[in-house]
Formats: sequence, C-alpha cells, structure tokens
Amino acid sequence: MRLKSLVPALYILFLMLPIYWLVAMSFKTTNEILAGFSLFPQTWTLANYIEILTDPTWYWGYINSIIYVTLNTVISVLVALPAAYAFSRYTFVGDKHLFFWLLTNRMAPAAVFALPFFQLYSAVGLFDTHIAVALAHCLFNVPLAVWILEGFMSGVPKELDETAYVDGYSFPRFFVTIFLPSITAGVGVAAFFCFMFSWVELLLAKTLTAVEAKPIAAVMTRTASSAGYELGLLAAAGTLTIIPGAIVIYFVRNYIAKGFALGRV
Amino acid sequence: MKKQNQRAWLFVTPVLLLVAFNALIPMMTVVNYSVQETFGDNLFFWQGIDWFEQVLTSDRFHRALGRQFLFTFLILIIEVPLGVAIALAMPRQGFWVPFCLVTMALPMLIPWNVVGAMWNIFTLPDIGLLGYFMNHTLGIPYDMTQNPFAAWVTIIIMDVWHWTSLVVLLAYAGLVSIPNAYYQAAEIDGASGWAVFRFIQLPKMKTVLTIAILLRFMDSFNIYTEPFVLTGGGPGNSTTLLSIDLVKIALGQFDLGPAAAMSLIYFAITLLASWLFYTLMTMNDNKS
Repeated sequence: MRLKSLVPALYILFLMLPIYWLVAMSFKTTNEILAGFSLFPQTWTLANYIEILTDPTWYWGYINSIIYVTLNTVISVLVALPAAYAFSRYTFVGDKHLFFWLLTNRMAPAAVFALPFFQLYSAVGLFDTHIAVALAHCLFNVPLAVWILEGFMSGVPKELDETAYVDGYSFPRFFVTIFLPSITAGVGVAAFFCFMFSWVELLLAKTLTAVEAKPIAAVMTRTASSAGYELGLLAAAGTLTIIPGAIVIYFVRNYIAKGFALGRV
Repeated sequence: MKKQNQRAWLFVTPVLLLVAFNALIPMMTVVNYSVQETFGDNLFFWQGIDWFEQVLTSDRFHRALGRQFLFTFLILIIEVPLGVAIALAMPRQGFWVPFCLVTMALPMLIPWNVVGAMWNIFTLPDIGLLGYFMNHTLGIPYDMTQNPFAAWVTIIIMDVWHWTSLVVLLAYAGLVSIPNAYYQAAEIDGASGWAVFRFIQLPKMKTVLTIAILLRFMDSFNIYTEPFVLTGGGPGNSTTLLSIDLVKIALGQFDLGPAAAMSLIYFAITLLASWLFYTLMTMNDNKS
C-alpha cells in the first residue's frame, strides 16, 4: 500500500519540478541567473514582478487575455446551450451529420486557419480587437461546449421536461428556472473548458492581434527575443500566467474528469 | 425515444452561424489558394491540382509527416499506459484526492508558449535544473539545441509532462464509477489482481480511454506552439512537425498555393481520424 502511493507522489514531483524552476528563476536577479547554477535564489528579488506590474505593455497583455477569454467563454456557452438541448432531446434531419461537422472543427489544426483568419478578420474590420480573438476561439470552443453540455443534458431524465409541460410551463421559463439549475455542474465544466482552451491558445490569438488586443503570451515571445533574453522577466511573466488557471481549476476540481470525458462517465 | 422535431434547427442556428463564419469562409479561402498561382498584386491564375501533386510528392512533406506520426506514436505509447498506471495507484477517497486532481491538472492550464518557455529554461545546459543535472551531476552531454536526439527526447518528455494528466483524470473517472460490489464479488471468487484489472477495471475504462486516446491523437497531431517555442523545429529540421512546417511555408515564405494544398491534405488526415473517433464513440454509446 505504501509503495502504491509512491507512484502518484513521484508523478506529482515530476510535474512540479519544471514549475518550481520557473518560479525560482522569477525571483532571481539577471546577474545571478547568468552567473551560474543555483538551486534556490541567493538574493531574492521582486524586481521582475515589479517591472511587469508597472509597465503597461506587460500588464495590458494580461488584461487583454482575460477580456477575450471571458468574452469567448460567455459567447460559447450561450450559443451552445440551446444547441446542446436540441441534440440531446430531439432528432431532426441531419442531426448526426451536423454534430459530426461541429466536431471536425474541434479537430482542425489551428495552423491551417491562421492565414485565412487573418484575412477574414481584417476584411470585416475586426483585426486587433478582443472580439476577433473571442470569435476565432469559438471555432474549437463552441463544438466542445456543445459536446460537454449534450453529455450532461442527456443525463437528465426526459420526464423532467414532460412534467414541466404538463404543469403549463412555457419553454423559456422551463429552460431557465427548471432545466438550467439541474445542469449547473455541466455549465460550470463547459465554461471551465472554454476558459482553459482560450487561455492556453497562442497561434490564433497572436495572428489576430497587433497592439490593442495583444495577449500576454504574445508579449512574452517578443520580449524574449528582442531584449536579449531576459530570463528572470520571462519566468516572472510565465509564473503569472499559471495563477488564473490554478484558481479556476480549484472550483471545478470534482468535475474535471467528467468534463474531459465530455459528460460521459 | 427522442422526439422528432424540425424546430430543433432553430436552437442550433446560432451555433451554425458562428461556426460557419469561422470554418466555411476560411476554408473557401484555402481552397481558392490551393488551385491558383499568384505573383502578387491580387492577380491569380488557375493552377489546377499542381500544388497538391507538388506537396504529395515532396520529400519535405513526407519527412514532416513521418516526424509527426513518430511523435504522435511515441507520446501515445508512453502516456496511455503511464496514465492508467497512475490512475490505478491514486487514492479513491480522502484528503489527497482533491490535492492530486488539482496538482495533476495544473500543467494543462498553462499557456502553451509558457510550457515551451518553461521547458527551455528547465533544460538550459548550464543554468537549467535538468540541463545542469544531466551535464554536471551525471556527466551525460545534453544540449537540445545541438543534438537532434536530445531535442526529440525533450519534446517527448515535455508532452508527457503536459498531457499524461489527461489520461490519468479520464482513467480515474472510469475507475471511481465502478461499484464496490464488483470488487467484493471478485474477492469472493479469489480473483488475482491481474484478473480484477483485466475483467473489471479495464472494461469500465473502455469508453473514457477511447476518448483519451483519440483526444491525445488529435491534439498531438495538431501540436504547434510548445515544440516551436522549445526548439523552433531544430536543430536543423529534426523536430519540425507538420504544423510548424505549414506555418513556415504559409507565413514565413508566403508560398500560399503549396501551403493551402498542404493545409487541405493535413485537414483531410485529421478529418479521417475524427470520423474514426466519432464512430468509436457512438459505438460505445449505443452499447451502454
């Protein structure tokens, strides 16, 4: 039994090592980093964090990212809710093909879409806006949200719908006051996954922005290459990107696995 | 029985409009480019299927595709058994369960370029934790910017670090859904540990493992940012996977025709795999 609990412990240690190194690096001075190897920061410094939190090009990167991620999550879940209901409750002409077509977009390589997206969003005048990135991320997040919600909705007995109709509820009222509360976990999980995939994606976000809506991830790549590789600064910026994920993950910890299984466990 | 209801189309219209805007229009652009040649100034000439022939017969594409399949194959045979083993060893209840779930899921919520940058810092030969340990403590020469083998080992370990938790979480979800009565029955029958795994746990994990394998297949097949930030496709072209090569051609060299043809071939491969995924999924759904 002892030996058995060693396996997850070792695995978690392996997961934490690179993260520890990133965090440790973020508290070191540039001189110390370049001077050589040290397991712990010798002279602790907050200079890297202070620079990020006081320089608008840095901290606007975070604000931009959070704006488009939030927009994307709201849009994805709102449009996915009725669609998921339709897929889970009705059969209609072409439903299976439609569902499959949606899924193919989840599977499409982002690299394929980078250039056409740039042209499309430039043509409609949305280039370098938060809404452009939010809409572009819908490509893979909406199918995912539909899929997860459909899984959760199919777990709700259909008798619930029928009873509500017999009781004289109108559809919108039934949907909002009875149906939605019974799948709150599903909505939370779908929102979490939209947040997650929009937060971690870089290729499309970078292609669709220049200055005004530039995500933190893109700010990092430019600084890393132009300013002679300031590792401490890069590490501090990286550390700060981990925090939002760590916070949201705590709230859905009991449902993560079910979400990855697309509500089908 | 589900209700037959054509009004359902009303419910799916918003999704249709949104995804169609994002998927159909760009796809038509790609199709357009793939059959035309341009010399700039927005002048296009009909080119037919030449670009497709060029891509399909080019060594460069074959090598990138080969590397891509090798990468996907390697991460699958490492991550799936490892993930199942860790899930089996995880505690089923108590304080450590939420701790394990949160720490294990953490790597998946880190932006992909930060993952690349983090592993870059981690593996620097003289000042990275892993790089220093390999070179100075163990005395094994390790520098992934010079040595293609080291670069490959690094991107594989990075992906194992990044995504094994997906398999763990899914397998774990399958395991906790097994009622205790199953184990009690197995104990009464005197079943061995292997028999419990083979006839109780594995069948229960079948659905979730199908999802895990196919999600990992698709996502690793589309991988771009992490290896790009870590190795830039190098040294040489040794870690240039399909997406990296495609972006090089499309945005680096601006060879729109070949890039578009390559996009469509690439997409066709992922489409085939998606179809397989969907068929397997629905087969499982129908059985249960």
